[in-house]
Amino acid sequence: MAEKKEYKVIGTRPIRHDGVDKVTGRALYGADFQMTGLLHGRVLRSPHAHARIVSIDTSRAEAYPGVKGVVTAQDLPEAEDRVADLGEGAVNLKYLCDNILASDKVLYTGHAVAAVAATSPHIAEEACKLIDVEYEVLPPVMEVRQAMEADAPLLHENLKTTSMGETAEEPSNVASHIQHKLGDPDKGFAEADIVVERDFVTGTVHQGYIEPHNATAHFNQDGQLTIWCSTQGAFTVREQVAEILQYPISKIKVVPMEIGGGFGGKISVYIKPVAAMLAKKTGKPVKVLMSRSDVFEGTGPTPASYIRVKMGATKEGKITAAEAYLAFEAGAYPGSPVGPGAMCIFAPYSIENLVIDGYDVVVNKPKTAPYRAPGAPNAAFGSETVLDEIAEELGIDPLEIRLLNGAKEGDRRADGPVHPRIGFIETVETAKAHPHYTAPNGKKHHGRGVASGYWFNIGLESSVTINVNADGTINLVEGSTDIGGTRSSIAMQAAEVLGIPAESVNPSVVDTNSVGYTAVTGGSRTTYATGYAAYEAAQDVKRKMITRAAKLWEVDEDNVQFADGEFSCINGKEEQISFRDLCGRLGQTGGPVVGSGTVNPGGAGGAYATHIVDVVVDEETGKVDILRYTAVQDAGKAIHPSYVEGQIQGGAVQGIGWALNEEYIYNDEGTMTNASFLDYRMPTCLDLPMIDAVIVEVPNPGHPYGVRGVGEVPIVPPMAAIANAIYDAIGIRMTELPMSPDRLLKAMGKI
Amino acid sequence: MQDFSYVSAQTVSEAVSLLDENGEKARILAGGTDLIVQVREARRDVGLMIDVKSIPEVNVLDYDDDAGLTLGAAVECYKIYAVDAICNAYPGLIDATKIIGGTAIQGRAGVGGNLCNASPAADCIPPLIVLGATCVIAGPNGERELPVEHFCTGPGQTALEKGEMLVSLKIPAPASNSSSFYLRFIPRNEMDIAVVGAGASVTLDAAKQTIVSARIALAAVAPTPLFAEEASELLAGREVSDAAIDEAAQAAQAIARPISDMRGTAEQRTHLVGVLTRRALNGAIQRI
Repeated sequence: MAEKKEYKVIGTRPIRHDGVDKVTGRALYGADFQMTGLLHGRVLRSPHAHARIVSIDTSRAEAYPGVKGVVTAQDLPEAEDRVADLGEGAVNLKYLCDNILASDKVLYTGHAVAAVAATSPHIAEEACKLIDVEYEVLPPVMEVRQAMEADAPLLHENLKTTSMGETAEEPSNVASHIQHKLGDPDKGFAEADIVVERDFVTGTVHQGYIEPHNATAHFNQDGQLTIWCSTQGAFTVREQVAEILQYPISKIKVVPMEIGGGFGGKISVYIKPVAAMLAKKTGKPVKVLMSRSDVFEGTGPTPASYIRVKMGATKEGKITAAEAYLAFEAGAYPGSPVGPGAMCIFAPYSIENLVIDGYDVVVNKPKTAPYRAPGAPNAAFGSETVLDEIAEELGIDPLEIRLLNGAKEGDRRADGPVHPRIGFIETVETAKAHPHYTAPNGKKHHGRGVASGYWFNIGLESSVTINVNADGTINLVEGSTDIGGTRSSIAMQAAEVLGIPAESVNPSVVDTNSVGYTAVTGGSRTTYATGYAAYEAAQDVKRKMITRAAKLWEVDEDNVQFADGEFSCINGKEEQISFRDLCGRLGQTGGPVVGSGTVNPGGAGGAYATHIVDVVVDEETGKVDILRYTAVQDAGKAIHPSYVEGQIQGGAVQGIGWALNEEYIYNDEGTMTNASFLDYRMPTCLDLPMIDAVIVEVPNPGHPYGVRGVGEVPIVPPMAAIANAIYDAIGIRMTELPMSPDRLLKAMGKI
Repeated sequence: MQDFSYVSAQTVSEAVSLLDENGEKARILAGGTDLIVQVREARRDVGLMIDVKSIPEVNVLDYDDDAGLTLGAAVECYKIYAVDAICNAYPGLIDATKIIGGTAIQGRAGVGGNLCNASPAADCIPPLIVLGATCVIAGPNGERELPVEHFCTGPGQTALEKGEMLVSLKIPAPASNSSSFYLRFIPRNEMDIAVVGAGASVTLDAAKQTIVSARIALAAVAPTPLFAEEASELLAGREVSDAAIDEAAQAAQAIARPISDMRGTAEQRTHLVGVLTRRALNGAIQRI
């Protein structure tokens, strides 16, 4: 391992810059936004999972006292003509628009059909009931295997499967088929002493962010549109709204308010264009808030899936071949995360022969949206359970079999890329040495399981501007909305460069007119890429400050050295000045100093995690309780360890929810029956032990401080780890998520 | 949400006449933890909310070792479990008051409101049934009393006639060598509505070997909470034994008529009736 670098700021745990405002209730979220003359918008949603819209009559709603405007898909610019302009692979604009307000068909219960702006939210709600929509109800398609059948009702008459560059002749619900292949799987399976093949089913789950979507839109008299909202990316809101409304991006300003969680679910827009349409129609600012049931029924969850995994190994435990079939529900429009699922499924292991097939399939559920490592958790539930079974059959310790097959630098991932320096083996070794793994585990109905996971992480564009203040502090301007403490993790990287304390940096997340283009907070990229931009901006400041010191001392820039927050003259003169003091002398040395950094880094480092969990199963009720949980993860370099731990704990907890109780439950008509936090059962603090987060640091060579993304991979291992623990407790392999009490009772033959 | 009117009634007769005048559109507001949510979510159309929290009779909380408990219909859960004598006398009721919502909800929600909301899954109703509670009901024609097991008539439906309101509940003093227990099954450890609930009260002989009498009640397995009368009766005179308890549990399962919904399947619920009835009976016996 590379020599450990010494840092002054990085690796410490300062109080987060936005912390006090948040814990004292002063932070401003989208729902807090107020403006003179504000109207309130409300969206009418489809009561049917699949239906043709015969007619919409808004006249009664328009006549209701207090109503100022009603919009439907008729108010959107015509979408059909613009599909071609976007090019292959780009978002299909017709689908994007139809998901905002349905035009010809509704494709899921909760699909937006119309919206009302009124002088109060209650009036808007009542007026929605007065919109007369005539539907021709069609049979819903609610499950991926059913949707793939030849005679399944079609959601889109023109959707034809694309597969390896070919397009099918006949329409179907299968949007695309992808395949990754390495070596010769048949030969690999022939070499195996043991082959295990299992089927898996996973449910539809929601990110469950605590803050519902919100948006306030306002058109100025000159046509400038401003949108205040909760989003993971102000610039992506600008792009999507511009495309949907066919409005120039130069005339749209998006102001990101504080965000109460996103986890991937606040990248796609839903009510933001609707608020803008209502604002345009009424000439007033319009605020639209979602209810919790709107969030469940009208925004993207992560897909349900059907997965088949086959793995073969020698009796020594060496994996000789692996095969996976992944069929993911895209929801109403194509675009499930089956691609990332296929990329990640066998990525913890070095396997010579493998084949992975992935299918993106439309069903009558909300269009899926990203959720923490999208696609990878579904896939890992299958592969990590099968590997556990192989280890058990062969009598090999489950961590030992992971060490034996673990991917290392130079190994090739199924989808092509060769791994740079990665830390998978280190996570397994750390887990194996952890006191949790060696603690006794023999009580009746108690079980222990382990599983690993991979997420590739991404780079993408980020911009940071640093304005130097006269008192030695800096204002750091960025465009990454702060969901998990990234103001601090970005500020700390600039502070490290400039040799100043984290507290001397004032980070601000600003609107799209006030900072350079910055991609979404997603893909575990923010501390990596926006942190990288902050590093570059701070380097820019450093260079400029060296110029100022040189000017001050009337020496060449080459003679000025900067270390530990002090500038000094290294040649001739005995001069020294601190960063802080030099800040006070900028006026006399040429004026203000502004540094900037822009990046689109290609060196995102993949992240691995290995989790250990102890459970107890109540054999009479089927209830599973989590007794102990240890999550080991390679963070590359933990800039602010508390927030790395927070991400690891949060990811593990969401995985526990996904494993045990979370799922969309539908009735026969295709309507979700548990669209509330009462019946959509996320774990509460009473359902969880303290999650022991263990950080491993194998620096990413693609970042100046070695940062890898940390937010996503912790949700990948929990489902399989818990399934493996349940097996250890009661001797039954659970292959369907969630592993809820009724499913356990069934599996145990009690009902 | 539609506009509605609000009145803070000062006397039982004022509340009764308002109910009588306004019929279906009027609802009693006590803690409001169900009603306000129902109105906000458009699950109940209310024209008039009659706040009864200022009426003395519905705020009575009076326990006497001989006379038992008089529990005003608007008394909040937290006030009930703050009284040691009540906790000692009716532990099964206390089990329920401590799991209805969180601490904040228990500061507003009460047993009377839980009963009047008439949810099949209401946690307070099985303990009231097994403790032999009686409803004191006021109406245009004066006062009447009704055993609590006859109060609920369907989901959200009660035996209250037009103009009638629940004033209080009367629970007899516990017999010696008796105790009670309530538990529910939920998939999480909090925040859930019962998939199945089971309450039991048991009276043993002086030697604590034989069951003198027992009462079992169930929640969330029928349109109303159920008094498992046969299951209860077959325990009378039996030795305390696993066999007797299993028989009672099976008899309780026999009367369950559960549905499958987002909270659980019918098969799961029927199975759980057996498990929870055993646990409730054993729990009550262990407390004696």
